[in-house]
Formats: sequence, C-alpha cells, structure tokens
Amino acid sequence: MSNPIGASWRRLRAAAWARSLEFMRDRSAVSWNVIFPVFLVLGLGYVFSGPGQPLFKVAVLAPEGAALNAQLHPMLATPQVQFYREPERTAAIHKVQLQRIDMLIDLTSAEGRYWINTQSPHGKVLEQLLRGAGGAPLARQETSGAVTRYVDWVTPGVLGMNIMFACLFGIGYVIVRYRKSGYLKRLNATPLRAFEFLLAQLVSRLTLIVIINSAVFTACRLLLHLRMEGSYWSLLLLVVLAIFSMIAMGLVVSARISSEELAGGILNVLATPMMVLCGVFFSIDGAPRLLQLTAQLFPLTHLIEGARAIMLDGATLAQIAPHLLALAAMSVIYLMLGALLFKWRQG
Amino acid sequence: MRTVLEARDLIKQYPRVCAVGGVSFKVEEGSCFGLLGPNGAGKSTTIEMLEGLLSPSSGQVLFRGAPLGSHYRERVGIQFQSTSLPEHLTTRENLHFFSALYPRRRALPELIALCRLEEFLDRDASKLSGGQRQRLLLAIALVNDPEVLFLDEPTTGLDPQARRNFWDLVQGAKAQGKTIVLTTHYMEEAHLLCDELMIMDHGKIIASGTPAALLAGHFDEAVLELPAVEARKLGARMTLAYKEKGDLAELHTRDVNALLAQLLQAGASLAQLRIRQPTLEDLFLELTGEELRA
Repeated sequence: MSNPIGASWRRLRAAAWARSLEFMRDRSAVSWNVIFPVFLVLGLGYVFSGPGQPLFKVAVLAPEGAALNAQLHPMLATPQVQFYREPERTAAIHKVQLQRIDMLIDLTSAEGRYWINTQSPHGKVLEQLLRGAGGAPLARQETSGAVTRYVDWVTPGVLGMNIMFACLFGIGYVIVRYRKSGYLKRLNATPLRAFEFLLAQLVSRLTLIVIINSAVFTACRLLLHLRMEGSYWSLLLLVVLAIFSMIAMGLVVSARISSEELAGGILNVLATPMMVLCGVFFSIDGAPRLLQLTAQLFPLTHLIEGARAIMLDGATLAQIAPHLLALAAMSVIYLMLGALLFKWRQG
Repeated sequence: MRTVLEARDLIKQYPRVCAVGGVSFKVEEGSCFGLLGPNGAGKSTTIEMLEGLLSPSSGQVLFRGAPLGSHYRERVGIQFQSTSLPEHLTTRENLHFFSALYPRRRALPELIALCRLEEFLDRDASKLSGGQRQRLLLAIALVNDPEVLFLDEPTTGLDPQARRNFWDLVQGAKAQGKTIVLTTHYMEEAHLLCDELMIMDHGKIIASGTPAALLAGHFDEAVLELPAVEARKLGARMTLAYKEKGDLAELHTRDVNALLAQLLQAGASLAQLRIRQPTLEDLFLELTGEELRA
C-alpha cells in the first residue's frame, strides 16, 4: 500500500489532468475563453489608442462664435496637434492635471493664458511650439499630476470582470453537468475524495485562467501601452488569490444542485452585483457608504482595487496586504464550505 | 467456499417509502450472484448498499466478515446502469485516468485484451457504439483488479449481438475468479451467468437459490403453447385450463403425452404447437405476477 499523501497527490493530479484535457479539447469553451478577451482588448485598443490620433491634444477656451484657427492665435495652425473647444475652465484644468490633455489655452480674455502639467513632457514640447508660433504672448500657468488615462484605469476592471466570469461559470456549470450526467456518481465509486476532486477542478481551472489572462494582459500592455508601475510578481500573487477565491465561490454554488438553469440563475445573481459594485467601469468612490462596504464582500473588488494600486500607483505587497488577506480568507471559507456542502449525486 | 459479501437484515427507509425491507443473503467467493426484480423492487438500492455508496437505515454489509472500511472502494469494481464519462477523452485516456485513482492497478494491455478495446483505443469515448461503451465501462470497473465486480443492468439497451459479446467478457472475468454481483432484467442473462439468484419484489426477497433449483422447486410441469384463437375454440369443446399471453395460450401439464392425446381427440390443429420447459421468466411471472420490463 503506497503512502496516503502520495496516493492522494496522484489522484488529484489525474483528476486535474483529465479536466484540463477535457477543457482544452472543447473548442467552444476554448474559443470563448480566448477569443472573447482578445476581442475585448482589440475593442479597447481601437477606442483608446487607434491610429490617426493626433500627437498632442490641446483644449481651447475661446470666445463664443470664434473659430479655432490661426486668426484667433497662430498656434492653432500647428500641425499634429488636435485643438478642441472646452466650455469650462475648472474641468479643463483638471484634465491637464490628469494628463488627459497636454495643454489648455485660454483666449477668452484680453490677456491670454495657458496651462501645462509640469510632469508632462508633452506639455514642455507644446510650450516650445507655442513660443515659436508668434502672436500675442500668453501667460504661463502650471499644474501638476501624474497621467492616468482611462484605459489604464479601466483595463484592470475589464480583465477582472473577464476573470470573474471565467471562474464562476467555468466551474459552476461543469460540476452541475457532471452531477446531472452521473459522472460524479461514478467518481464517487473510486477512492477519489471530494476534497481531492474539488481541488483538482480548482487547480486545473486556475492554471488555465492564469495562462489565458497572462496572454491577454501582455497583449494589452503591448497594444495599449498600459501603465505598470508595480511588480509583476505582486500582480500575479493577487490574481492567483482572486481566481482561487472566485472559483471556490463557484464551487459553493455548484456543491449540491443538479439543474443547469438554477446554477445559471444563482451565478448571475452573484455576477451582476459584482459587475455593478466592484468598480469595473466606474469608480465607486462617490457611492453611498453601505454600497462601498457591501462591495468589500466580493473578491472582484479586492482584485480590481489591488490591481489598480499595483499598476497605477506602484503599490507594494505590504500596501495591498489587506486585499490579499481578504482574498485568502474568502478562499479558505469558500473552499471549506464547498467541500462540506458537496454532494456527489443528485436527489 | 468462502463468503465474500454478507448482507444482514438490510433496511433502507426513505421518508415516504421503504425501498428495502430487511434482506439477508451471502455472496460466495468466485460466484456470480444475480439480483432480479421488476422496476422499483429495491434491487438497485440493495446493490448500492453492497457497493458502499448508500448507507442502510439499519442492518449491515460485511466484506470478508468485517464492516466496509475506508479501503473497500479500492477492492471493488462497479459498472453502473448509466455512466457518463469525461467529454473529449479517448478510451485509452479514460483507462489511464481511472487507473491512476487506485493504488492497485491491473496492467492496461491485459485489460485492453480482456475487454477487446483494441479497435477503438484512440477514439473519443463519446463516439463509441453502445456495445463498445459497455466494454469500456467494464474495463474501467476492472481497472483496479477488484475482488468483487458489481454490474448493474450492464446490457440494458444493447442489441442481441452486443449483449452476447458482453456475456462472453463477463464469463471471462468469472473464469479469472472474480466474484460478480449482477442485476438484470434479462432472464436469459441471469440463467447463463448466475450461479445464485435472488428475486426481489417490494423490497423483500421472494425466492433465492441456483437457477436450476429455483425452477425445479416451483415447476414440475412442461409448457405447451398454442395460438390463443385455437385454445378458445378447443375450450368450447373440452375442459381446458390455459392462460392467455398476447396471441398465445399457455397450457401447463405434468403429462405431455396425455394432454396431446386429449387435444388431438378434440380435433385440435397442432401445426403451431410448441412444447418447452418453464423458464425463469415463467417463474418470475408466477412469483411477482408481473412481467419483467426492460
């Protein structure tokens, strides 16, 4: 008789291998998991960094009715610069601060002014161009702030959402289908234990999601020149923990039921609030306190907030430790609950 | 012969129904033990308690004299009535997967030869015919070289040729000394494969013994079959006890010669007459009052 840990490891490896093989050969599942994120990235790429975008973007506050041309100011004839009209000064200055635009020119008063961000190299180049353009001199105004493009901010959210769907539905449906078809009953007749089976499903799914999303992330980095201030290893650790907890969440849902329709309903009930509350597309900073607290109960919130902190602010492991701890705690609780509630057979 | 499995007063009570109402029996080493009964008789519940997959409400199952322990599943092989296998895995990959779950494993080439899997080893298991699929499921049940093999209606839904092929395989396993517990709807299957039979109805044992002893114990008559129309005609002319079964009428007699003489005297046409020995099917009908349904 071999040692129990060795035997357990062999069973776990065999079950994970069988599941991975099954997934890799399921063309529709692979296409969905690979092609959907690729389209998502291409879509984001098209919207945020498509070709033909001007080199510089300058907002202009101009008198009403005046056309934005060289007559108003010779600078406005500069090629490769997109000039556009902004209605309101404060909002426009804020955009310079965030480096969403490279310069703001105010031509509404007799003494013209311009704003640049001292941390933006584009601002300095535009300042030189402005001086060389001639025309009435404009007064220099300064603002500062690191650039945060929307695409840098939204990509962790979109990838997080994609991971969340892959975890919940990828595991939930499969186990419910296994139970319904009697495959789980067959496995129950072997020495494979529930915990080994669940861990095998988890490991197989986790590995595939990490591989697929690493590829998608790399494509995003290359295509959208995503900002990445922090460590890739910290990001990987955060993502692995988040995937673990969300798959474990799917295991709890699928622990007993044998109806795919019911599973789909419950998974949607979990996924929808996560999409809305976890700050995928919009920040929840201004949301009511109760909603913000509720959002902390979902693993997706910790994934997205942690990823943004690493990617945009260069947060260290210590700084994202609360997110890591929350995800680890959720993983343990969900996995234990999933194993406790788990039933091999229906009825 | 040594007893491998023993059921002691097994009861399985569900909230509204008593599926098994106290059954006791023994399965001897190297024998094929058959469980027969109509749908809902309690045979699947009984076999699942023997397999260790279902706990009895009361009573006990003993394996080699001891209660079923944690290693019981490593020592038995099970073929369910209907089993789904992982999708997109070939026959060979399925064998490797199930084999890896057991500490004791039978050499796969030997198993492949025994269950005749060579021709579809690299085919996706979901694309196998009914007979091929049952052969693969049998191989999976034998993958750990089990001491007891449970077969739950293994040939239901197979065509007659595939069924016969499957019987050959089971006889092969039996020849290698495996103890087999089988449930079936097919009396021919039970007659051919089983050394011991137990007939269940409404959760109770209604008869048990070897097929020959069961038949001898209940029948000392031969069965004459006539077209029902002919029997009705004769019934008008003589005293004739018969049972109609579809288009046929069955007459039971201890003295075939005397009955034939009586029939000829009454002017019966014997062109479509058939004389046969009672079968398990007749016994089953007599005991349960029901026909076996697949």
